[in-house]
Amino acid sequence: MDATMNGTGSPSAGGALESISSARAVGRTADAIFVALLWGCGIFVLILLGLIIAMLFEGGLPAFRNFGLDFLWTATWNPVTENFGALVMIYGTLFSAIIAVVIALPLSFGIAFFLSEIAPESLRRPIGVAIQLLAAVPSIIYGMWGFFIIAPLMAAYVQPPLIDLLGPLPVIGLLFQGPALGGGMLTAGLIMAIMILPFITAMFVETLESVPPMLKESAYGVGATTYEVYKNVSIPYGRTAMVGAIMLGLGRALGETMAVTFVIGNATRLSASLFAPGATIASTIANEFPEAAQGSLKLDSLLALGFILFVISFIVLALSRFLVRSNLKS
Amino acid sequence: MKITTALGMLAVAGTLFAGSASAGDITGAGATFPAPVYQAWAVAYKEKTGTGLNYQSIGSGAGQTQIFNRTVDFGASDAPVQTEKLAQQKLLQFPAVIGSVVPIVNLEGIAANQLKLTGPVLADIYLGKITKWSDKAIADLNPGVKLPDLGIVPTYRSDGSGTTFVFASYLSDVSADWKSKVGAATSVSWPAGAGGKGNEGVAGTVKNTKGAIGYVEYIYASANNLVTVQLQNKAGKYVSPTVPAFQAAAANADWAGAKDFAASMINTPGDATWPITSATFILLPKEPKSGEQAAEVIKFFNWAFDNGNEIAEKLHYIPLPKDVAARVREAWKAEVKVDGKPVWAN
Repeated sequence: MDATMNGTGSPSAGGALESISSARAVGRTADAIFVALLWGCGIFVLILLGLIIAMLFEGGLPAFRNFGLDFLWTATWNPVTENFGALVMIYGTLFSAIIAVVIALPLSFGIAFFLSEIAPESLRRPIGVAIQLLAAVPSIIYGMWGFFIIAPLMAAYVQPPLIDLLGPLPVIGLLFQGPALGGGMLTAGLIMAIMILPFITAMFVETLESVPPMLKESAYGVGATTYEVYKNVSIPYGRTAMVGAIMLGLGRALGETMAVTFVIGNATRLSASLFAPGATIASTIANEFPEAAQGSLKLDSLLALGFILFVISFIVLALSRFLVRSNLKS
Repeated sequence: MKITTALGMLAVAGTLFAGSASAGDITGAGATFPAPVYQAWAVAYKEKTGTGLNYQSIGSGAGQTQIFNRTVDFGASDAPVQTEKLAQQKLLQFPAVIGSVVPIVNLEGIAANQLKLTGPVLADIYLGKITKWSDKAIADLNPGVKLPDLGIVPTYRSDGSGTTFVFASYLSDVSADWKSKVGAATSVSWPAGAGGKGNEGVAGTVKNTKGAIGYVEYIYASANNLVTVQLQNKAGKYVSPTVPAFQAAAANADWAGAKDFAASMINTPGDATWPITSATFILLPKEPKSGEQAAEVIKFFNWAFDNGNEIAEKLHYIPLPKDVAARVREAWKAEVKVDGKPVWAN
């Protein structure tokens, strides 16, 4: 072994050294350029983000000047009198996104735990791939599916019994009133729940798989049931990442546009009911933008809405980071 | 063998691309409602003359923006542009084609054009004042028709559109309450009901929802066999939405007295008139950068006014009445000039 290495190795080693040293000489400039390019890539993101925020703010500024901060909590959106307020859209955006997360969360937990603990090896891949495919379905397809299939089903089988059963109750009844239109907040939330499901599930699976087997096996060893292991070992271990996953899903739901526009009912009126038509910031922009004339207060207000959506998304992201950090500390 | 096929395909591709963008093509942008007829005209016109039209149906508002910036040869708008704005932007406005808006309903056992409605009742439905199909106000108009005790779901266009402008203009004309509370624009603050995106969104919502009422362009309703209703016109007669009724509206409009051709065809007089009718407009620079391009645009519409009527009618649009087309031609000669000379003379 040694002999062969010495015999054949030394000349080629010398050649390699030579080529390395010559490569270094060229590499110095190339490396500098490479590093500069990397800097450029990094800075590019910052500049791009900064310019987008600046554009939205500058575009929306006339609306803020005109209506003041009242823009944020005025529930009117009247293109005829050019009196605009963002409250209905902000409310609709948050309400529908929260519905989506509330529906998607238990489902994601279930799927993720099933995949990482219970599912036989032969089922893991097909289900995992199917969930990833859900993420690949374009949003407009979800919109059409929601509009032609889910909304009529909701109008026929879900909304009428709920309205009859829960509508007359005090307080909680407010959530279940109005005519059964099929569309509305709940339908929009339902569609979005399915859209954000793959993202949340994927992160949950990753988290659950990172739980050290030793911890789980010890728990099983002392006689814990599957549910107890799930509740007392897996979830506490991955809590931080799970909060991050939920926030990611929420962030995606906040900005969803096409699918929501199809099913939310697009009414610029404030209503507490889950079945009432509403509007989100994104759906309003999608609806009104093509007919908003240049220099009109409507266009300014739409840009201001865009800015508000940006800020809301930013707050959600910041909050998720903060939660994750505080979790890490404890 | 392979090379020849490849060359052949290249040649085909070459002619295709050459066909879609040759130098002298006209560009236009704006209203979506007349886009099918502009595009059909463009195909026929290109066969005749070799000049193509590249029309982008991006919405009236965006079309106005584009012609204000002069990025296209002409803009198209469903709602007429205000006189001051036209003067400020140095634009000539003329109508190209006429269309109508029709209410559609989803009621079991009610056939097309069986239900009768008046303007004020329609306004009250959309105001959320009449909420049941069995309401006395509707029943009184329809003796002998069995109306269900069902909630009415008013449905509207959620996207800004010329259709909404025309419909809301009509409701403003027939109902003082609507005029003061809601008014008319390409999108309004609807007091009741739910919105769908585009004609197909409204039609789909109406189809999905028992007891729904909506409004769409006539071309869309007729192509999809939607259940339309009769409306009472200004003369007090009930009319069904038919092409002769729309033509009557166009013929009875006050074109002579209208500024910038923005003659209202909302609730015009005449026994046979359909009350919700409107023209869609073209915006052309009065002092174009390129006289030749402006002349090409005028030639295109001149040809369409002479030879495009059959195509328009096939697509359920109403061509301009002859005297109106003549007035438009006068305006082209008088107003579209480069260095004081008209760019087009018949």
